[in-house]
Amino acid sequence: MHNFTPIPSLAGGILIGLSASAILLMNGKVAGISGIVDGILRPVKGETLWKSCFVAGLLAGGVLLKIFLPNAYDFGVVRPYSMLVVAGLLVGFGTRLGNGCTSGHGVCGISRLSPRSMVATATFIATGAIVVYLVNHVMPGSL
Amino acid sequence: MKTALTSFISGIVFALGLGISGMTRPIKVIGFLDFFGSWDASLAFVMLGAIGVYFIASRLSRTMRSPILASGFSIPKRTDLDARLIAGAALFGAGWGLSGFCPGPAVTALASGATPVTAFVAAMAAGIYLHGWTATSKTSGSRERAGALQPTTDA
Repeated sequence: MHNFTPIPSLAGGILIGLSASAILLMNGKVAGISGIVDGILRPVKGETLWKSCFVAGLLAGGVLLKIFLPNAYDFGVVRPYSMLVVAGLLVGFGTRLGNGCTSGHGVCGISRLSPRSMVATATFIATGAIVVYLVNHVMPGSL
Repeated sequence: MKTALTSFISGIVFALGLGISGMTRPIKVIGFLDFFGSWDASLAFVMLGAIGVYFIASRLSRTMRSPILASGFSIPKRTDLDARLIAGAALFGAGWGLSGFCPGPAVTALASGATPVTAFVAAMAAGIYLHGWTATSKTSGSRERAGALQPTTDA
């Protein structure tokens, strides 16, 4: 198991938890990123301002990372464009059909002990693992 | 306006958390999902940290009549499992495994200026619109958007 980084990963996870907690305790909302992005692309009255501000914060944080922690963008694996486009369509469509992604289901929902989020998280980790198995071990030469 | 400021600051902290934890690096995500290769358990620690904190916040929220800056909590209450939930999660997982990106890290990494990230996010936006159109054509548009106003969705 190389590349194992438990300490920074735990620290980053705590920051993610604190951010989502602030959204819950201050604003009363769930910090689900796919829902937040959806709320900007397809605006719903009363939801667009806070969602836009959150995404602006993500981008501002992204700029801070670029300046102070540039290896956050050391992607390591960059799939071909055709694959990235298919993946993006699956992620966009799938998160809306299933009402959530890693943040909404994987963090917020599991913490609330929501059965829907537990099943969703188990499902997306399982299909993610199957796809990685296929791409890395069944047809690695095709990339 | 205070909720807008809270959202902006929370967005910054969220992005820093993603960057520090390794979530913005597809190699870490794909390594976590590679259970049959050289498995990288790091992302389990991201979930541990995030869930540990949010679990406490979630408990705390139940003792509060309302959030600090708003009139009420807007939290999903559904408990039923349906085919859309499972199919959606399955499709999302496939895209996540294929690219190594999920929505939060992808939006954050737009700031890197890397073209592959921009392509992924553009396709993700197209996927969101595609879902909107299929949902609208099935329900005449009313149910989906009305549903979005109520705390019935998960995220």
